[in-house]
Amino acid sequence: MADKLLVTFSPHDRDPLTTNKVMLIVIMALMPSILASVYFYGSYAVNGYIFTVAFCVGFERLFDYISGRKTYIKDNSALLTGLLLAMNMPAGAPWWIMLICSFVAIIVSKAVFGGLGQNPFNPALVGRIFLLIAWPAQMTSWIEPTTVAKGLTFDAISTATPLGTMKADILSTGKVIAENIAPISDQLIGNVSGCMGGDSAIFVLLGGLFLMQQRVISWHIPVSFLGTVFALTGIYWLAFPEVSMNPVLHLLSGGVMLGAFFMATDYVTSPMIKKGQLIFGFGCGLLTVVIRLFGSYPEGVGFAILIMNAFVPIIDNYMRPKSFGEGVE
Amino acid sequence: MPYFGFKGGIHPKYNKSATQSKTTVTLPVEIGEVVHIPLSQHIGAPAKVLVKKNQQVRVGEPIGEAAGFISTTIHSSVTGKVVAVGTVEHPVGGRVPGVSIQVEDATNDYIRLEKAGSFQKGVMAAGIAGMGGATFPSHVKLSPPKDIDALLINGAECEPYLTCDHRVMVERTEDIIKGSVIIKEKLDLEKLIICVEKNKPDAIEAFKKFESTYGFELVELEVKYPQGGEKQLIKAALDRVVPEGKLPMEVGVIVHNVGTAVAIYDSVEHGKPMYERIVTVTGAVKEPKNIMVRIGTPISKLIEYCGGFVGTPRKIVMGGPMMGLAVTSLDTPVMKGTSGILIYKEEDLPNLNQYKCMRCGRCVETCPMGLVPSAMDRFVVKELYEELADWHVMNCIECGCCSYTCPSRRTLAGGFKTSKRLVAGILRAREEKKNG
Repeated sequence: MADKLLVTFSPHDRDPLTTNKVMLIVIMALMPSILASVYFYGSYAVNGYIFTVAFCVGFERLFDYISGRKTYIKDNSALLTGLLLAMNMPAGAPWWIMLICSFVAIIVSKAVFGGLGQNPFNPALVGRIFLLIAWPAQMTSWIEPTTVAKGLTFDAISTATPLGTMKADILSTGKVIAENIAPISDQLIGNVSGCMGGDSAIFVLLGGLFLMQQRVISWHIPVSFLGTVFALTGIYWLAFPEVSMNPVLHLLSGGVMLGAFFMATDYVTSPMIKKGQLIFGFGCGLLTVVIRLFGSYPEGVGFAILIMNAFVPIIDNYMRPKSFGEGVE
Repeated sequence: MPYFGFKGGIHPKYNKSATQSKTTVTLPVEIGEVVHIPLSQHIGAPAKVLVKKNQQVRVGEPIGEAAGFISTTIHSSVTGKVVAVGTVEHPVGGRVPGVSIQVEDATNDYIRLEKAGSFQKGVMAAGIAGMGGATFPSHVKLSPPKDIDALLINGAECEPYLTCDHRVMVERTEDIIKGSVIIKEKLDLEKLIICVEKNKPDAIEAFKKFESTYGFELVELEVKYPQGGEKQLIKAALDRVVPEGKLPMEVGVIVHNVGTAVAIYDSVEHGKPMYERIVTVTGAVKEPKNIMVRIGTPISKLIEYCGGFVGTPRKIVMGGPMMGLAVTSLDTPVMKGTSGILIYKEEDLPNLNQYKCMRCGRCVETCPMGLVPSAMDRFVVKELYEELADWHVMNCIECGCCSYTCPSRRTLAGGFKTSKRLVAGILRAREEKKNG
């Protein structure tokens, strides 16, 4: 009898939510965007997801095997990274791009630091930014959303991203050419060229709200991030309407929605403490706007989040909440 | 009375329905059975043994005397013969010094306490220790070296499953109030506040009936764990914050559990020492019950009285699911702080497969003491006790909210609990360095 009784520390009951379930909820939240990308890009999208997920999960398992570490593959984090990677890539990227991307994300950015929870930078973003710098041509050859949607709704579809178009227009003519900007409705559903998963703002938003409703993420990072982008681009737009887009378009275009709801809120690489999350979100928004408006890249979300990732330890340190009764006399 | 609330906390499944409306029954004492009474059932020094083998003792007869101020008296809970003065099972630390007594007479007539020199001495002679689970000797709390203005009576019973306090509040409402009034008058306090969680409406109603007769205030508490934590309760009911590392008396408050108030009433009015208590036996037993049990009764007897196990027990917890201790043996005796016996079958237990910390911050959100358990966990794992001290681990009340909520099932509270002793040493050394 005695040796059969289990002895552990208290508490003896636990919340039913576990890490692998948290990851699954995030994956569920991504589903609307994933389905939208499949709708717009068809087999390109499907192939992209299959490749990146297979590579990511494969690399993680391989690393665990070679290093002899206990595997935590069941936490589903590699699966999630794979999906996010694909969503951050142009549709139709070649398989070897995805292989390298997955290698950088899983091995270079996560596993060598000690796996989930230890990586300072968002793996999916490191993978994407690495490729953007190393293979800019492949990473910016945007194909137009094809097939199904085409012909039913709109016919004029650019092959550059809306942000790219704007940047090119400003650089060549000195101002934004209104006709070249995709209509808001297209940007909302993602009927514009760009990364596979990030462009359908409405679906990303839907997923983001689901995450909040499930209490997987709180409002702090998305609201401060998006709010900062809206406010700063709004001020700039009011001051220099010639050379800027209106703030609503800024929110809907590029990766800012996906970034604010799914990338910047990554637990591992964002502050744990709510006050710190507000600062983090503000920093992401500020850097995004600075890069978009004054940088040479049309989009700055990825860079902004990675830079802010580096500040997370210091933010968490300075934002340590007051211990109960601390400093009370 | 307003409710001010406290930060953090969790909303676990309460699972109190099996026993909350069951009237307390008394476990009969049988001739020939043996009770094992530990000499250390309270925080502080173990009592000094007063009896020898083969000595005859009666119910209520002291068998251990307080060894110092922070210690208390231990009484025999049965009438019979001392069969051993040695060691008995204890949920923490294996075996501890104790006295085993064989019952020779099943009587419940106890030796009445003699008149003591003071109220506090009387409480000490009655062997009363906090019945909420922490078992701090009550006479110590009742001898505050500071000015006190308020007495809080803790009827939160925020631990899931447990209903022993609930039953006391319903069955002995007036005695709780009378006991509290005794404390209030003896210590010349201004305020008497009785605090009950809202999930016990019958207890609240019962108190309300006496509100006009006795001068006390009633606070209905939000249902949240750890609402019954001393510092949380004081913040919630009075909006006073106890300074870090200090006791409630620092803000002019004494907190006593409802069970303790009744024990004080019994000792003052009826000269009854603390030799029995109510225990909630629930979980995987045929008939969950609230049972009045003699101290020292092995828990196997209680389980038998509840009709035995349902299925095969995998874990037996003494106390509640959040802060209770898992026992290794069914011979473990009921003690003054034993509020419940909780039996888990394999399938009732949570999956404890650990993942890595993903820094989700749930532990930070739920910590009622404003700590950062995830960061502290890394220090525990790497044995960085200096850092742990800097992150205020000593302020941890071991409530278990962090561990409960952790999706990666990290052993957070357990790690802090075991580290605190080492950290205390570090803090002492720092203090000495500063002073010397």
